Amino acid sequence: MDFSLNEFQDMLADSVGKFVDNEYPFSTRQANADSEAGFGAETWASFCELGWTALPFSEADGGLDGSPLETMLLMQQFGRGLVVEPYLANIVLAGGVLRRLANDAQKQRWLQPIIEGQLQAALAIAEPQNRYDFAALETRASPDGDDWVIKGKKSVVFNGGNAELLIIPARTDGISLFAVASDNPGIRVQRYRTVDGSSAADVTFNDARVGGDALLGDAGSGLETLTTVIDEATLAVCAEAVGIMQALTDKTVEYCKNRVQFGVPIGSFQALQHRMVDMLTATEQSHSLLLWATMAYAGGTEEAQRAIHAIKYQVGTAGKLVGQEAIQLHGGMGMSWEVDVGHYFKRLTVISQILGNADWHLDHLVD
Amino acid sequence: MHVSYSPEELAFRDEVRTFFQTEIPQEILDKQAQHVALDAENQVRFQKILYEKGWIAPNWPVEYGGTGWSLVQKHIFDTEMASANMPYIIPFGLGMVGPVIYTFGDDAQKQRFLPDILQSNVWWCQGYSEPGSGSDLASLKTRADRDGDEYVVNGTKVWTTLAQYADWIFCLVRTSSDVARKQEGISFLLIDMQSPGVSVKPIITIDGSHEVNEVHLENVRVPVANLVGEEGKGWTYGKVLLQHERTGTAGVARTQYRLRRLRAQTKKSVRGAAPLGEDRNFMRKIAAVEVELKALEYTELRTLAAVSSGKAPGAESSILKLKGTQLQQAVDELYLEAAGYYALPYVPEQYALGFPKEDRIGAGTETDSAPRYFNFRKASIYGGSNEIQKNIVAKHVLGL
Repeated sequence: MDFSLNEFQDMLADSVGKFVDNEYPFSTRQANADSEAGFGAETWASFCELGWTALPFSEADGGLDGSPLETMLLMQQFGRGLVVEPYLANIVLAGGVLRRLANDAQKQRWLQPIIEGQLQAALAIAEPQNRYDFAALETRASPDGDDWVIKGKKSVVFNGGNAELLIIPARTDGISLFAVASDNPGIRVQRYRTVDGSSAADVTFNDARVGGDALLGDAGSGLETLTTVIDEATLAVCAEAVGIMQALTDKTVEYCKNRVQFGVPIGSFQALQHRMVDMLTATEQSHSLLLWATMAYAGGTEEAQRAIHAIKYQVGTAGKLVGQEAIQLHGGMGMSWEVDVGHYFKRLTVISQILGNADWHLDHLVD
Repeated sequence: MHVSYSPEELAFRDEVRTFFQTEIPQEILDKQAQHVALDAENQVRFQKILYEKGWIAPNWPVEYGGTGWSLVQKHIFDTEMASANMPYIIPFGLGMVGPVIYTFGDDAQKQRFLPDILQSNVWWCQGYSEPGSGSDLASLKTRADRDGDEYVVNGTKVWTTLAQYADWIFCLVRTSSDVARKQEGISFLLIDMQSPGVSVKPIITIDGSHEVNEVHLENVRVPVANLVGEEGKGWTYGKVLLQHERTGTAGVARTQYRLRRLRAQTKKSVRGAAPLGEDRNFMRKIAAVEVELKALEYTELRTLAAVSSGKAPGAESSILKLKGTQLQQAVDELYLEAAGYYALPYVPEQYALGFPKEDRIGAGTETDSAPRYFNFRKASIYGGSNEIQKNIVAKHVLGL
């Protein structure tokens, strides 16, 4: 058992932390979110130069061989800086599937440009009817000669409106994963913004025809990879949430030290002090559980699956407390679009709604 | 960063596990299993067994009799001790006054007191709270007036745990009232309970048990040699002690053990009823507390890791106390709920070894669930109430 960071981890956390502190003020975040794509092309290019888009990929693929521990450190800092860029969609989700299943040609076509920051991608997890059970999907891919014909609908695909590559889980004889170019004429993409300022889309497949080369891995054997990638994405958003909770606690304490009412800083009121201690406690407890869950997963221990359910449950409940209290203690400022805390709260709310909410994960811990 | 144990650590775990399985007298194991309160004699017997093994004071520096264990070893030891349902180590000597003496005491005090603390030859109790000084501890009024080579002590201490067995009491006393801040002028004094003028009066708590007492000090003459550290600096020493106390009271391993046992119980049918495990609402509550306990286990490990890298246990220990007692109480509530109607019978007499099985009311120890629930409402009050802990965190961690 060891909580210390190695040299690479230390450097990574430090460089991402410095980037969000120095290069990514809230004004930049908002400008990026408000742009056409919903993220900053220049910012994304910086991530690429700094090596972050290569982080989890193998050295053979041109990556840095990072583990979920390194992704955790990066995502935690991204949370602290409220980074809106689609790292989760591109690198953790789509990249997570490609690095496990893509053959050489598919890697050449799809993975290389993702690592190089030249291609936007997305993995479609949700469908209108399957809520949080991502395996209960109804989108179907039927073989037709060498081709496959895909029919169905995917809901709230993160980065789905920007993605040139859509990775689509579909029912075959089992579940298969397909790499589909988004300019396929059988696809309808309805893009929109989500409440946290990110970009997403609903994607409908009207008998979209794809070639045999779209199939990732063996037909019918995609579920295992999909499960693994979603586990890793769950850990990644939990790390982001912990970073957000840390930022919200810090910002709230700072605000209450400076905001004067009744002639004194409101932070001198015991009723508010105790609530900030509750925020701190919830945040620290979440951070502790994040470390356990990520280390358990990275170490392949038998408790890893329960640990993932536990941290997502914890982030759901603690995130709600920290987010709501941050708004309440900021008063009217917490309600203002111009002030960052409200946007942190919205991102926390989004995280609590995706990849299984608190109730869903708690239910998996009952037995 | 990793969570796994090394082969050496696993071997250590097995050694500790085997020790608790083989070296503890059956009478003590039976009492623990049947929720029979441990008498003073068996309590000392248990602590002496640990002393002889060299394991009685894992947190002490090696030079004073500590084990020199790593934080992982300490964690393993705590976990194994809890999982084997061992008795608590009474903290007043080993966890509280001992560290104050080896940190702030003089050589004569170290030689005189530490060996007896390690060997559990002397039973200590804690004289902090007073009838008029609870959360506002620094307002304490027990006076120690200097008279030649002695102090003359007058006052009342209250909530004094297990003072009925104690040979010595360590007290915060006022040696000066002429001070700018009430935290000044307080001294840390060691008092022999056999001294003339010391009397102990029991306080019965809502569960019907006798744990705490009032201790009256009337013209008690205490040699100046029993003053620890400097006169008037007792508040500082007392605070250090409370931080040790708070780190210790998280009690994560023991609460986890109790929750594991409760989970196991829910799989069985009691009195022909459907197993409680089929009640998903109840099981969700168990799962939620398990998650928070696991988080606290890692919060404690992170705190210990910081301490072992050279930092003193700071105000973060207040978070451990806060959360640890909340979860301890949450588990007590779950036991109470699980017992249903059989939480009601108040039958303390059946918690004695040899009580005839056929005369027992309720299954297992379920009739102990309500007394235990009532008794452990104390956890969020002692050691500085949880509201005081929040004040400490607000001031010293958040800088408010």
